[in-house]
Amino acid sequence: MSESLVVPTMAEMLAEGKQPEVLFWVGCAGSFDDRAKKITKAFVRILNRTNVSFAVLGTEESCTGDPAKRAGNEFLFQMQAMMNIEVLNAYEAKKIVTACPHCFNTLKNEYPELGGNYEVIHHTEFLKSLIDDGRLTVEGGQFKGKKITFHDPCYLGRANKVYEAPRDLIQKLDVELVEMKRSKANGLCCGAGGAQMFKDAEPGNKEVNVLRTEDALEVKPDIIAAGCPFCNTMLTDGIKHEHKEGEVKVMDVAELIANAQDL
Amino acid sequence: MSYLDNILFAILLVVGFGFFAASVKKIIRNINLGVDVDRKDNPKARWKNMAMIALGQSKMVRRPVAGILHIFVYVGFIIINIELLEIIIDGLLGTHRIFAPYLGVVYDVLIASFEILAILVIFAVTVFWLRRNFIRLKRFIHSDLTGFPKSDANYILYFETVLMILFLLMNASDLHLQNVPGGVFHKAGSFPISQFIAPIFNGMSNELVVILFETFWWLHIVGILIFMNYLYFSKHLHILLAFPNTYFANLKPEGQFDNLASVTNEVKLMMDPNADPFAAAPPADENAAPAKFGASDVQDLNWVQLLNAYTCTECGRCTSSCPANQTGKKLSPRKIMMDTRDRLTEVGKNIDANKGVFVPDNKSLLNDYITPEELWACTSCNACVEECPVNISPLSIIMDMRRYLVMEQSAAPMSLNAMMTNIENNGAPWQYSQQDRLNWKNEN
Ligand code: SF4
Ligand code: SF4
Repeated sequence: MSESLVVPTMAEMLAEGKQPEVLFWVGCAGSFDDRAKKITKAFVRILNRTNVSFAVLGTEESCTGDPAKRAGNEFLFQMQAMMNIEVLNAYEAKKIVTACPHCFNTLKNEYPELGGNYEVIHHTEFLKSLIDDGRLTVEGGQFKGKKITFHDPCYLGRANKVYEAPRDLIQKLDVELVEMKRSKANGLCCGAGGAQMFKDAEPGNKEVNVLRTEDALEVKPDIIAAGCPFCNTMLTDGIKHEHKEGEVKVMDVAELIANAQDL
Repeated sequence: MSYLDNILFAILLVVGFGFFAASVKKIIRNINLGVDVDRKDNPKARWKNMAMIALGQSKMVRRPVAGILHIFVYVGFIIINIELLEIIIDGLLGTHRIFAPYLGVVYDVLIASFEILAILVIFAVTVFWLRRNFIRLKRFIHSDLTGFPKSDANYILYFETVLMILFLLMNASDLHLQNVPGGVFHKAGSFPISQFIAPIFNGMSNELVVILFETFWWLHIVGILIFMNYLYFSKHLHILLAFPNTYFANLKPEGQFDNLASVTNEVKLMMDPNADPFAAAPPADENAAPAKFGASDVQDLNWVQLLNAYTCTECGRCTSSCPANQTGKKLSPRKIMMDTRDRLTEVGKNIDANKGVFVPDNKSLLNDYITPEELWACTSCNACVEECPVNISPLSIIMDMRRYLVMEQSAAPMSLNAMMTNIENNGAPWQYSQQDRLNWKNEN
């Protein structure tokens, strides 16, 4: 844990006349949210350990515009998109990896029409490809035998049909992967999407994240795995609401892999 | 049958189909009130969707009980229509079972399968009725399904039952008349179900049974014509519209929301330092979509969204899977679709009443039907879209209306305005400086 992270920026790479294999799109949550920063670092530790050549945009990165678009502000979204596309195209970015399904969806699906064409992959897909290529090997480590359930982020699962990569990764850890009663295409939202993260919920009789946490707790997991910084926050809050912080942890798939390897 | 019968029958057909054609025309006109959107690309994938989802009912069976029962009713409906063809020809020509001599054994098999389907339909419809009225599945007793929509669902179930019973009674009396000594009717068909009904005619005079047969026959065909014309007012329009609706459904990933082209032009102009603000003014085109961002009324939606509204079967699968609805929020995606249809019908009536032009009625889909509270409760999770057995997207309407609220009315909730200001100023939804974006690298 103590070894410091190597995080080159695209600008630094360019100065050295190099083009990284992938551009790591960190995202707003991954850059600023204390919980999500841990996910970012876990992912970087894996990248460092496997010698993947990558770079971040650093201060040149800006919000993809996802929350603005889902809130209905198409202007703001397209301005963000065009600014980002300008930067990405200037660096001739080809392959982008991100740990945020919202960034993933927007970059992958909504940027092309505005002039941004990249191969965009979610970090769980990327980690899976590292394993498939033999560049990363994973063993259970501290998670061996633990009961883990995976919460499908809407913008990764239903929105883009990525269901298997995160599950394949979890299974590599010699754990017991249990499915909630609603999973994959039938999964239930964590409650954060569509810009809900940034506002109070409308009146109702329950919070969505609490309902989803109940789904997860029903299968009595040791760990709830997620692949989205927003889901992570929502489920962590849900666990606190149920006073289960002592028993159940919410972890990103990247954290599971990094911690299993004692990175 | 006398010629009077044949003429009467022909008139009935013309009136029945005439009214139906008028309804269809109205539906098409109303759908065309929507903004244009291109859904003609990739015909291969579109045909496949239609074959799998509408014809193959692939999304219905995700809820197996309803799915399988629905398939009975659906196959029954389609197949019994073949029988209808014979009824129409017989009615016009005054013949009786005109296909029988030509089809031979095939005819027996056909009639037998119609009968079995008829009984399966009665069974399925009974279970449906029990689910709606006794078991009271949550999605059927939901607050957005009261009044006409609730009765509508039941009317159709009664209607189908009566039609099937008439069909079986018709066959049973026919069979009886085929078997009486001397055979009033010629032998044709095989009757695995109605053979058990036929004995009720024993002891009646042949004349009476003939009258009964004709009564069943007439009621059956009249019933079908009424049913056909009732569709226009009913959620049962889906039996027709499910096909075009699945054909024209969105093929893109569910998470991909459309980019408003009108906005793209303006943003490009704003961002391009060399742009000449005068040169880029779009040519004045009378038919161009009005420069309104997002949707506040049905005319602002695109025609696929309006087709969706007519196609919605009000099954409530979307609502029952909606996280906002499950946690007691006001949002119900089914209600979004029903409201859109109700408003569209209202606009259509307005146009009819005013010689083909819409006279503003101080009402709109937004506020009069759908409230901002409903719209803001949506997490854009796509569960409703995934669930819908006929590929309707309530979410796309919700998003277009949010766009109107935000871009035309600046009426977003305060917290969202704060989030958007942050993005504008700092490139992040929170109040952090863009210069700090890489700080995590050196933090512990
Ligand atoms: S997309 Fe919106 S309306 Fe549809 S299920 Fe999700 S929250 Fe409900
Ligand atoms: S939108 Fe689809 S799922 Fe919802 S009620 Fe209508 S038909 Fe059913």
